[in-house]
Amino acid sequence: MEYTNMNTTVKKSVVKLAMWTGAWLLATALAAFGPKFIWDGNTLISAIFIGLNLLVGVGMIFANIHHITSLDEMMQKIQLEAMGITLGITLITGISYSLLDTANVIAQDAEISFLIIVMGLSYMTAAAIGYRKYK
Amino acid sequence: MRNRLKVLRAEYNFTQADLAKKLDVSRQTVHAIESGKYDPSLPLAFKIARLFEQPIEEIFDDRVNDQR
Repeated sequence: MEYTNMNTTVKKSVVKLAMWTGAWLLATALAAFGPKFIWDGNTLISAIFIGLNLLVGVGMIFANIHHITSLDEMMQKIQLEAMGITLGITLITGISYSLLDTANVIAQDAEISFLIIVMGLSYMTAAAIGYRKYK
Repeated sequence: MRNRLKVLRAEYNFTQADLAKKLDVSRQTVHAIESGKYDPSLPLAFKIARLFEQPIEEIFDDRVNDQR
């Protein structure tokens, strides 16, 4: 009987995901800072790079799906639970944060970057707790 | 759910890594099943049963839940 090596498949999918994530970060940085520092606010170039950012983002989503499906069932369960917890926390804190802004409880405007930080931290924490649970 | 995976693995002289490779799962998953922390899906349970050439109910016992 021939056995496939799951670890090799996972390693390949992690490398692919890391490459897509890196490309997306680069595309995001270009779309965010390019208008000010590289092409002096040219709307057409900005639109092209925002479109590129969107396309690379779609590629990153597919790389992520490929990575999740390359994991075994227990690892998928851990990831799924972490994603569910992250979705819940982001939704709840995001709405509360937005309400704080609209009700003028906080002085500054609500920024999406705070929400992304919350997402990242809650995902990492939930995944770490998940891995520990089955250790 | 209790199981005899650790005993069977020892009988076949497999390490956790060997068994993980044969089942196409991670070593952590084999460890979690053996320690009763994770119950495998039906397809994985069948795969285990086929590998050790035993009926599923000879390997897994759902009557006792006090292992966790």
